[in-house]
Amino acid sequence: MAVATKSLHGAVAAHDDHAGHEDYATRLRLNRLGMWLFFISEAFLFGALLATRFYLWGDTRPELDQMVGLIVTSVLLLSSASMYVADTAAEHGQWRVFSVAAWTTMILGLVFFLGVVIFEWGLFPQIYEGHLTPWGDKYGAVVFAMTGMHALHVLSGIVLIFIMWRLARKKHFTPEKHWGIEAAAIYWHYVDLVWIFFYPALYLIGTAHH
Amino acid sequence: MSVRLTSLALVRGLIGYFVGFAAGMLLVMAARLMLGMEAWEQEAVYVGGIVLAILSFLLASGAMTDWLKWTRGIATPMRHGPPPGQPSWARYFGIDYNHKVIGIQYGVTALLLLMVGGTLALIFRVELAEPSLSFMSLDSYNVVFSLHGWVALASILLGVGAMANYLVPLMIGAEDMAFPRLNAFAYWINVPAALTLMLAIFVGGWDSGWTAYPPLSLRGAVGYQFMFWAIFGIGLSSILGSLNLIATILLMRPKGMALFRMPIFCWAVLATSLIQLTATQFIGIDFLMMSFERSLGMPFFNPIMVEGVNMGGQPLLHQHLFWFYSHPAVYVFVLPGLGIISELLPVFARKPLFGYRWIALSSLAIALVGFLVWGHHMFTSGYGEYLRVAFMISTLLVAVPTGVKFFSWLGTLWGGRLTFPTPMLFTLGAISVFLIGGLSGPVLATVTTDLYLHDTYFVVGHFHATIFGGFVFPFFAAIYYWYPKITGRMYNETLGKWHFWIMTPAFWVMSIGQMSVGVLGMRRHIADYDPALQIATGQLWVTIAGFFIAFSVLLMIYNLFSSAEIGALAGNNPWRSRSPEWQIPSPAPEHSYASPIRVVGEPYDYGLAGSQYIAMAGAGDD
Ligand code: HEM
Ligand SMILES: [Cu+2]
Repeated sequence: MAVATKSLHGAVAAHDDHAGHEDYATRLRLNRLGMWLFFISEAFLFGALLATRFYLWGDTRPELDQMVGLIVTSVLLLSSASMYVADTAAEHGQWRVFSVAAWTTMILGLVFFLGVVIFEWGLFPQIYEGHLTPWGDKYGAVVFAMTGMHALHVLSGIVLIFIMWRLARKKHFTPEKHWGIEAAAIYWHYVDLVWIFFYPALYLIGTAHH
Repeated sequence: MSVRLTSLALVRGLIGYFVGFAAGMLLVMAARLMLGMEAWEQEAVYVGGIVLAILSFLLASGAMTDWLKWTRGIATPMRHGPPPGQPSWARYFGIDYNHKVIGIQYGVTALLLLMVGGTLALIFRVELAEPSLSFMSLDSYNVVFSLHGWVALASILLGVGAMANYLVPLMIGAEDMAFPRLNAFAYWINVPAALTLMLAIFVGGWDSGWTAYPPLSLRGAVGYQFMFWAIFGIGLSSILGSLNLIATILLMRPKGMALFRMPIFCWAVLATSLIQLTATQFIGIDFLMMSFERSLGMPFFNPIMVEGVNMGGQPLLHQHLFWFYSHPAVYVFVLPGLGIISELLPVFARKPLFGYRWIALSSLAIALVGFLVWGHHMFTSGYGEYLRVAFMISTLLVAVPTGVKFFSWLGTLWGGRLTFPTPMLFTLGAISVFLIGGLSGPVLATVTTDLYLHDTYFVVGHFHATIFGGFVFPFFAAIYYWYPKITGRMYNETLGKWHFWIMTPAFWVMSIGQMSVGVLGMRRHIADYDPALQIATGQLWVTIAGFFIAFSVLLMIYNLFSSAEIGALAGNNPWRSRSPEWQIPSPAPEHSYASPIRVVGEPYDYGLAGSQYIAMAGAGDD
């Protein structure tokens, strides 16, 4: 039997009986803390990229398609809303709603991702002729570094949501126990939050360099 | 009992590594052909090989198997004890989730790397023993000292991991770490990473030293790519390991163990982990950018002048990103060791630790102020003039919390009833050596003197003294001290004393020697020197001292191996320590604590009558 005890300063300690089934509340608390620590760490990763941007560009910026920037940003913000719906639905056991909202999020995420790859990167010149290359100059290099690192996170977020959707379909989660979904949701919000810093740094701050 | 080799994670991982390496290279070549490029371009092709090799190692070894099962909804119960049907040693070569096993894995790997790093040092120290080139070329010298640097640093990071992983859960009476699978993963990623680091030597190595300043690091051999990705892997280990330790310390303490009642070592680990969790990202992304600049030509660091305007990168960007990690990292190297010193002194002085709270907070203070001083490595770099004074002042501030530790140690020793078994000797040796290193710090932190001393052997002397005093000596102290808890047997005290009495004076000689040839004009990172500097005698002394140190370490290795078989049984608590881990049997059992512990007093009240730190809860308690 597992015992959770409240220690003097309010933190909770757990002792499982070596059989490996500690109680769910304790595990959840550890998981949540672990996730937040991971976010703190990642903040330094994205912070380093921002520092690079300001160090190399100063108060200039590349000329990027403002329309593309606005659209992908809105799409990503919208996806945070749908992910919120998915998370809440899981909390209430509304698995159909969850499923629809999860797919909405994945599709919006994919739209964002394709927007970056096709329009910002110009990877498919048949569709859209981009004018930046990663090796051209400091503008191309930093744009690709920042959007690339962020896109990698978006992509992994989509994979994570997909895994959770499949598990949910297999009745893996309950309203009480759905840490996986919660984790995917806060991860998704976090990745969005990062973009809220990246978007102005790439598109808005400084004078465009011709 | 015989063991099928492929049942060992290490063997499977190594096979996966080399298969993955080949596959990754082929993949990139195929992709290049499809894009209409020539198949062979060593930078991109090798990077493909390295990345897939490390990934394949992790997959083939099984370090990720449980997680992959989770994605398919398959539950994976915790495993305990050696794998069924296998001898108990086999688990050390396998994916084991027990923090004590992982701690030993870290420790043994660290000692192996220490020996590799040390051997490399002896090789180029022979070259330096007399002026003019004798058996190395200028190039091979550069490659060997560079490899020495990162191998030694990897060894330190793993040694820190060894102490933290083995000790923290034991000291706070926890069953294990917060995330045991993550713990195993964080250890295992070091293995392919360290392998990659050493393989670099077969493709020309890298010749810039550990700091990898561009533009040199953008132009040298492809060995740079091996180093960048190896350090990225080791950095990932730092991040994941520290995350785990912080969660463990914050949430898994027993009843009654307020933060200020933790064994002091846990404070040191907490401060260290905060640095590792955050700053490591900077070197990670820095080295990634360096790798991408080399393979894709993305100009982050190399300037491209177009009509008088720089459209490319800036070499100094690397120095900022690098030192923003690497200065705090030097505290990662030493804070746990300083924690060991504070941990052992009260035991061998039979007195309370002097100023517990001050020590605990000084670790945090060092960690935090450590983020504000990176520019002291760049006084001569040509950055803004005004930055020099700012970084000089912030650097000198670090001396304050460091001084707090020294005074606390003296206060603890003062009037104590001292005994001097090997761990205590190494603790005192650590203090003496750290003092030499610490005092040389402010000399370097002062702009005027640093302009003269920068890039000389004085700096080499400075950081070897701080790192040996702050890590190597305390690590050895810890090994001797907890050896009975790990093996149940006592090491050989005579051999231990020989180790100490050879290594410590030799180290003093080496330190003073390095610093003085530096002041006399010996540059670092150079294979040759002018006899007119009159430093040949000093250089010879440094080399001889190096050999003495290496020999003494071999004594320890021999001691550790032989005593595991024939050492006297140590009993549960040979040091009469109050710390929780000594209240359980030796060797520590699979499940450390049969019942939860409860903290009822202060940790270091040695010699105070009637004081008690922990109580083992009996049946019916709680
Ligand atoms: C706590 C233990 C310490 C460690 C482990 C340590 C480690 C190091 C290392 C590894 C380097 C060389 C970096 C390189 O390769 O260029 C270095 C350089 C330096 N250290 Fe320390 N250090 C410590 C304490 C201090 C203190 C207390 C100060 C000043 C108050 C200090 C000031 C400096 C300065 C200014 C340099 C740059 C020297 C130069 O390159 O010109 N260090 N230290
Ligand atoms: Cu420094």
